[in-house]
Amino acid sequence: MSVILEARDLQKSFGAVTAAADINVSVESDTVVGLIGSNGAGKTTFLNIVTGYLKPTSGSIYFDGRDITSLGPRQITRLGICRSFQIPQLFDTLSVRDNLLVGVGIVASAGGSWRHAANTDSEPAKAVETMLARFDLQSYRDMSAGTLPEGIRKLLDIAMAMVAQPRILLLDEPTSGVSAEEKFALMDLVMEAVRNQKVTVLFVEHDMEIINRYTHRVLAFSEGRIIADDEPEVALNDPEVRKYIIGETLHVKRRDSHATA
Amino acid sequence: MRIDRTIIVLTAAMAALLAFTPFLPNWAMFLFTVSLCYGVVVLGMMLLVRTGLVSFGHGLYYCLGAYAAGTLEPLFGITELAVMIGSAVAVTAIVSAILALLLRKYRDIFFAMLSLAFSMILYGLLVKTSSLGSTDGFNVTVKTLFGLHIADTAYERYLIFALTVLICWTCAVLMHFYLKSHRGRLAEAIRDNELRVEYMGASVANTIHLHYVMSAVLAGLGGALMAVSVGHIDPEMAYWTTSGEFVFITILSGTGSVLAPFLGATIFESIRSFAYEYSPNTWQMALGITMLMVIMFLPGGLWSLFKRASRRVA
Amino acid sequence: MTTLVAVLVDGLIYSSWLFIMAIGLTLIYGVMKILNIAHGSLFALGAYTAASLAGHWFEQGYLPMGSYAIMLLAAILVGIVAGPLLERGLLRFMYGRDEIVLVLVTYATFLILEDFIKLVWGVDPYFLYQPYGLLGSFDIGELTYPNYNLLLLAMSVAIGGILAWTLTRTRYGKILIAVIHDREMAASQGVNVSLVYFVTFTLGAMLGALGGALTAPMISVQPGIGAETIVLAFAVVVIGGLGSLPGAALAALLVGIVRAATIHFRPELDLFSIYFVMAAVLIARPKGLFSAQEARKI
Repeated sequence: MSVILEARDLQKSFGAVTAAADINVSVESDTVVGLIGSNGAGKTTFLNIVTGYLKPTSGSIYFDGRDITSLGPRQITRLGICRSFQIPQLFDTLSVRDNLLVGVGIVASAGGSWRHAANTDSEPAKAVETMLARFDLQSYRDMSAGTLPEGIRKLLDIAMAMVAQPRILLLDEPTSGVSAEEKFALMDLVMEAVRNQKVTVLFVEHDMEIINRYTHRVLAFSEGRIIADDEPEVALNDPEVRKYIIGETLHVKRRDSHATA
Repeated sequence: MRIDRTIIVLTAAMAALLAFTPFLPNWAMFLFTVSLCYGVVVLGMMLLVRTGLVSFGHGLYYCLGAYAAGTLEPLFGITELAVMIGSAVAVTAIVSAILALLLRKYRDIFFAMLSLAFSMILYGLLVKTSSLGSTDGFNVTVKTLFGLHIADTAYERYLIFALTVLICWTCAVLMHFYLKSHRGRLAEAIRDNELRVEYMGASVANTIHLHYVMSAVLAGLGGALMAVSVGHIDPEMAYWTTSGEFVFITILSGTGSVLAPFLGATIFESIRSFAYEYSPNTWQMALGITMLMVIMFLPGGLWSLFKRASRRVA
Repeated sequence: MTTLVAVLVDGLIYSSWLFIMAIGLTLIYGVMKILNIAHGSLFALGAYTAASLAGHWFEQGYLPMGSYAIMLLAAILVGIVAGPLLERGLLRFMYGRDEIVLVLVTYATFLILEDFIKLVWGVDPYFLYQPYGLLGSFDIGELTYPNYNLLLLAMSVAIGGILAWTLTRTRYGKILIAVIHDREMAASQGVNVSLVYFVTFTLGAMLGALGGALTAPMISVQPGIGAETIVLAFAVVVIGGLGSLPGAALAALLVGIVRAATIHFRPELDLFSIYFVMAAVLIARPKGLFSAQEARKI
């Protein structure tokens, strides 16, 4: 497997606060990586640096061997790294369909043709319908995004990130604000869609059940550093991880029985 | 392909204006002329408002367009209408393209106030320029249209009116198609969430720049058409209260369709000419109360009423 | 040399005037996040009321020095009538809307009040010249300045000082700062935000009217003075950084001196110079001289 994303010696500080230190990570393509850590450990900062929203104080990011450290979110998105947000970033006054249509339009016009008007039978409209179907959003298509329930907003936010057919998808707490009954359904939908498009996924998550069930690899952050980097079974049982992130009382083994039940 | 209903209405309105106006009294033709000039300015304002920006200084381009057209005669002896209009478009496009480099970094009230400052700079310059009549302004002379001598002929007024109608129709049709294009749809997306637009790979700054220039050129066209129709211009066109009127009509009209600005401008002008006649000192009060009503009870503007009515019929 | 002194003195006088115009505007924006276009109308209301009441005072032949008290009374009167009326009757229904919507609401209010003034006072100008000359004058070189200008200067320093002291040293000031910083948090801590808004707006309205009352003796009070003044006040407030008290003071000083210099050397660029300063400052510092940092969004 080839390395698709690499972070070398990333450092980021806000005044006296260190948000990232000595971050060295290589991510192979077609893997699913979970990012865990307590609040303020530097997970979202890591996503913000990778997507160019924040510039690291030092260090660099490579995508497919190319240095993208100096690029902004727009250029990085165009290269094929897309993200969802902890608080869904949607076009609240537009319908679900139009939210996706804006995205499809941006992708379609990136090739240079701003002209295509969207008739109902044109290519962009078809692409939107495909996305609606893939994320099971058809029944919401004409509702405006601002009125959707939180779980659906999360799903749409992720769908928006998938519109550009990224090669790397970054998800920031995809199941936060989603009810316990809905979270597996949501993740199943997302992972199904991801598998269809052969996307490398990095996601930030507090829910260890989700981490254990969907990831191949876990990066554990604490105070801006990576304190564990391993397969979920190993990482989640790491004494430091248990001490700083998960808490002593949780037992990973229990999750397996839950998953098979 | 099914023909767009908006285009049908626009074309029908254009045909009706061209066909019936010669038989209407002078004041009616004047009313329609002024409404169209304001309408085309508000068409541009509508694009900005859709993008989430309210300019309290579009009088700048309205005035600049008028002066770019009007000063050709005193400065260069040019009295050809087509050149005057072209001059207005060129000048407003260049000035707005430069100012947009700065303005595109601003949002909300900062955008509103900085645009206001720029318009007041022009106002401040013009009121002290005695060669252009200072606060009194000066008369605008048109002699030819595409080389045809029209000054003091029986059809002069009608030709200028017809040109105004055609230009407004063209602008409205182009804007209609633009709003339905991928780039045009970005307007509302930017208003709702700039971060997401950037994170989907489109440039917010470039789109705002483009929309600002488009709206400025439309305001310049409105000003130039007003100049040649009325035959007189003055610095008041750049004063902030003129810009305020444009904001007012935009809010009143709503941004739902390219028809809305022209409808709103016509209603505004009709009430204004009526109010000037009968109650000149309560005209602004009526405007203010209307504006409060629209903000409170009709956030989509008058256009949302039409939409509601047509949905009920359909 | 005389010119330089004249520029400084003229500039200082004009700065005082600008500061008084702008202070109510920046106070209301700072606390309530409302850029109040109707401030121009409150200015005009203050000017008209002062011109009427003080004019009447002189007609009756009362003690001329009493006219200053009458002018002050006019400002307070306008403030406590118009302020609560606008805040309770209109603005409170709009809290929480976009800042730009609030600008439109105050613009509509401005239009209504402009005509209200015409209906009450008509369109003919009013003159209240007596208070301007009553205090005598002082000389600098060959130039003579009415002492009224010193009154303006003293008023601006007093108003600025009292406000600064209130904000930094009193309980009410601390409450205000809490509300400015985070309205919801302040409310959850038991601050009566609604009352704070009410008091702030009334005070701001009073300051606007005071500006008008103090200006009345120097101008002919006629329709359009509100529209002229509000854009000047905007310029000062935006240059200083919206909502900033020291910003408004510094901006008033800057604009005052620049304008005085322009009038002495290039009078044709008078109005131009003010907005030029505004555009230049905003280019260098997009949110004005004194502005708050914004929080991270994602």
